Amino acid sequence: MCVDCGCGKPPGISGPQETASISLLQNLHQQNQDLAAHNREHFSSAGTLVLNLMSSPGAGKTALLEATLRTLQKHYRCAVLEGDLETELDAQRIRALDIPVVQITTGSACHLDAQLVHNALHGMDLAEIDLLFIENVGNLVCPASFDLGQHLNVVLLSVTEGDDKPAKYPVMFRTADLLVISKLDLLPHVGDFRIDRAENFLRALASPAPIISLSARSGAGLDEWLAWLHAHKAQSPVDEARVVENGGAG
Amino acid sequence: MTRWRGAVMHELSLCRSLLRQILEVAEQHRVLAVTVVRLQVGPLSGVEPELLKTAFPLAAAGTLAESAKLNLTATCIEVYCGSCKKRSRAASNQLSCTSCGSCSTQLVSGDELILESVELTLDELSAIKCP
Ligand SMILES: Nc1nc2c(ncn2[C@@H]2O[C@H](COP(=O)(O)OP(=O)(O)OP(=O)(O)O)[C@@H](O)[C@H]2O)c(=O)[nH]1
Ligand SMILES: [Mg+2]
Ligand SMILES: [Zn+2]
Repeated sequence: MCVDCGCGKPPGISGPQETASISLLQNLHQQNQDLAAHNREHFSSAGTLVLNLMSSPGAGKTALLEATLRTLQKHYRCAVLEGDLETELDAQRIRALDIPVVQITTGSACHLDAQLVHNALHGMDLAEIDLLFIENVGNLVCPASFDLGQHLNVVLLSVTEGDDKPAKYPVMFRTADLLVISKLDLLPHVGDFRIDRAENFLRALASPAPIISLSARSGAGLDEWLAWLHAHKAQSPVDEARVVENGGAG
Repeated sequence: MTRWRGAVMHELSLCRSLLRQILEVAEQHRVLAVTVVRLQVGPLSGVEPELLKTAFPLAAAGTLAESAKLNLTATCIEVYCGSCKKRSRAASNQLSCTSCGSCSTQLVSGDELILESVELTLDELSAIKCP
C-alpha cells in the first residue's frame, strides 16, 4: 500500500489517471482553535481576565459596557476590544469614558476570530490590563463558532427579542458562561417576555450558566453583574496560578 | 446587517480554510484534480450545509478543487447523561437526557465540522512513485 498517502492502493498499479482517496479527519476550526489557545496563553500569563460579549445587533452590549466600566474602572484596569462591521461608533463611546479601546473593523466578516484578536493585541499592553472586554460583532450565529481565547463568554438577550431565542439559536446560547437578560426596564412594555421561559429554554440546552437580568438604562441588576465579574476576577485561574507560584516561592 | 449576509460570509470563510487544507494535501501528491471532498457536519457546528454548498464553488474557482463534489454527511446529536450513565439521541435545542430528564448532560457528538477525506486524480508519475 502506498505509504506516502495512505491511499490504500496496492503498489505498482499505475495508469495515466490514478485516483486516490485520502482520509484526513481534520477539524475545520483547528487553525482558529490553535490560535485561540495561543491568545489564551498571552492573556493568562499577563494576568488579564478576558470576556467575550455576544448578542444580536443592538441587544445592548456597548450600553452595558458603558454602565459597567464607569464603576469597574475604579477597581480594575480595564480595556475594550471593539468588533464592528463598518464603524468606530462603539469605540468612540468607550473612549469617551477614558478607557483604552482597540477597534477591529471586520469589514464584511460577520464575526471576530482568533487571528483578528491576535492582531489587535499588538495595539495593547496586556500587562497593564486586569480585565479585557471583547465586544463581538452583533450576530447570534457566526461568532458562536469562533473561540477567541477568552476565559468567559457572556451572551446578552434583550427582552425585546423574545424569550425563545435560546431555543432558536442553540449554538450561540450553549456557549454562554453567563446569560444576561438586558433592557429589563422595557419588560413591562414588552409584556410577553418571561424570564422563566428563557431560563427553561437555556436549561434544555444542558447549560448550567447563571442568568442575570439587568438594565443598563435604569441600573437595575448591575450590582449582581458586577459581583459576578468581581467573583470571576478573584477566582480566575490566572490568580490561582500566581498564588501557587507565590506559595511555592515563600 | 442581515443574517443572510453574515451567514454566507461565514460559510465562505470556512470554505477558504477548507480549501487551504485540501490544497495542502494536493500539493503533497502530484494531483491533477480534487474530485470529491467529504465533510462531516454536526447540527450544532454552527454551519448551514446548504450555504456551505453554495459557498464552496465560489471559493474553489480556479483551484485544483474547482470541479470537486462536496459530499456532506450530517452527524447525529448524542448526549451522555452523568446521572443514568446513558447515551441518548437529542435534538439541537433539547439536549437533556431522554431517560431521566436531567439537564446536566455532555455532548458526545453533534458539533463537529470535520474534513473527512478527499478523492484525488493523480497523474502517472505520482502513481509510479508509490512504493
Ligand atoms: N431602554 C433601554 N435601552 C437600552 C438599554 N441598553 C441599550 N439600550 C438601547 O438599545 C440600543 C442599542 O444599544 P447598544 O448598546 O448600541 O447595542 P449593541 O449590542 O452594542 O449594538 P451593536 O454593537 O450594534 O450590535 C441603543 O439605542 C441603546 O440606548 C437598556 O438597558 N434599556
Ligand atoms: Mg455595540
Ligand atoms: Zn439521565
